[in-house]
Amino acid sequence: MGNQNPLAYDYTVAKWFLWATIAFGIIGMTVGVFIAFQMAFPELNYLFGEYGTFSRLRPLHTNGVAFGFTMSGIFATWYYVGQRVLKVSMAESSFLMAVGKLHFIVYVLTILLAVVTLLSGITTSKEYAELEWPLDLMVTLFWVLWGVSIFGLIGIRRERTLYISIWYYIAAFLAVAMLHVFNNMEVPTYFVAGVGDWYHSVSLYAGTNDALVQWWYGHNAVAFVFTTPIVAMIYYFLPKESGQAVYSYKLSLLSFWGLMFVYLWAGGHHLIYSTVPDWMQTMGSVFSIVLILPSWGSAINMLLTMKGEWEQLQSNPLIKFMVLGSTFYMLSTLEGPIQAIKSVNALAHFTDWIPGHVHDGTLGWVGFMIIAAMYHMTPRLFKKELYSKKLMETQFWLQTMGIVLYFSSMWIAGITQGMMWRATDEFGNLSYSFIDTVTVLHPYYTIRAIGGALYLIGIFIWAYNIYKTMKSGRELEDAEVNVNKSPMAENR
Amino acid sequence: MDLGEIQAYAYFFFTAFLVAVLYGYIFHLYRSEKKGTRDYEKYGQMALDDEVSSKPIEKKEESVDSQKLAKGE
Repeated sequence: MGNQNPLAYDYTVAKWFLWATIAFGIIGMTVGVFIAFQMAFPELNYLFGEYGTFSRLRPLHTNGVAFGFTMSGIFATWYYVGQRVLKVSMAESSFLMAVGKLHFIVYVLTILLAVVTLLSGITTSKEYAELEWPLDLMVTLFWVLWGVSIFGLIGIRRERTLYISIWYYIAAFLAVAMLHVFNNMEVPTYFVAGVGDWYHSVSLYAGTNDALVQWWYGHNAVAFVFTTPIVAMIYYFLPKESGQAVYSYKLSLLSFWGLMFVYLWAGGHHLIYSTVPDWMQTMGSVFSIVLILPSWGSAINMLLTMKGEWEQLQSNPLIKFMVLGSTFYMLSTLEGPIQAIKSVNALAHFTDWIPGHVHDGTLGWVGFMIIAAMYHMTPRLFKKELYSKKLMETQFWLQTMGIVLYFSSMWIAGITQGMMWRATDEFGNLSYSFIDTVTVLHPYYTIRAIGGALYLIGIFIWAYNIYKTMKSGRELEDAEVNVNKSPMAENR
Repeated sequence: MDLGEIQAYAYFFFTAFLVAVLYGYIFHLYRSEKKGTRDYEKYGQMALDDEVSSKPIEKKEESVDSQKLAKGE
């Protein structure tokens, strides 16, 4: 540590992950919009041979947005928020700096290899865990590096108490480590039985057990990739941007422990009316409903943080993104439990209402929070004023419209589909065949694809705004950077 | 008493226990604030006053070893 220069936070790794977030966001969501149009216009499946079919591209979309866009966003914010709330700079430890850089390199390499293997059709066929065993080992490696970074930075901190966001990052780290290891217990077929290629594997579990482990993993991937680290973000960025301390620290403690206790038991709701024991299905349902309490605890805490400062919702587009994000969190954490009720699930399961629900959460909550976090970080990382406030406003309204079109069309499509599947005539014969539902759903699929396209246009505006900030934003003095509200060009 | 009945009793008492734990925790949080042992709400400032030069809300205590080292023992 040099004594000549005053100590400053080092954002090198945060910057790298910021660029990765934007790049993977564009790739993952472009693929998403393309496959949404394929659902409406199936001819689009034949444009690029085997590489352009829905079945090849769908895992690329889900992996790209979850493990590319979202995870880069989580890491970018960790390397920013972690330093700030612990009041320690990465520049103080050359070891942690090296770990951070290695973390980024192994991570990007893994995701790029994931793109190649998924496009080539190399997959374990387990949803959200499609990567084959060599890539699973690489995931383990960068995850361990992230852990070293988290606990290393905590070890050299100046602030005794860990801020709320840090608990949520730790929870995400520990839970995903456990989920990843147990759901990816797989047998490499070539090395064990001489069958298949060297990278092929089969699950260690069979039948119902495999389904149970898979959905314990699948639902908790939602919990610990799409929820806890995003809650970590909002607990830092909303108070900081608005200049208001969190409404109730005590409520945040209660919500945290509530969420940790309840979330891990809710995965059984994916297997209602399947071959898993009935009590597990009931447990999944009950815990999903209890989950409303801790989720709303955090969301309400965020909305109350804005108490007395609601005029900022009008004047600051970043507050708009975050308040709407937290509102969408409330919506999707109410909608999920409703879908987990057995009688509702009988109607909703396997229908388009499910992707509708997922996208309320991912586009409205995860996407908006990451967009806002990156906007907030940009002026601090590059010491430049955000290029255009008007572009941010345009992006916000385009994307909000996109989300509304997405979920409303999928609600209608899903319930229509569920009702048509179960409809019978007076003799008990099914009233409709499958193709009847396809015909009816066509307009809703088109609306969904248009909604997704609007959101994607917003992502391009976001990327452009950040690029222009870096290239031609006004240079800022230290005093202009060290403020709560993000500096932005008001007239452009 | 058959297995179903045992399960039902276990379920009831477990739920009651968890409710007690939850309310006990809330009670603990408010009581420690009232007795002045802990002021939880001040930690909210950590997100706002977060420059590397800012004074920590509560400074991390130096370990015994590093204190000895500083004193030259």
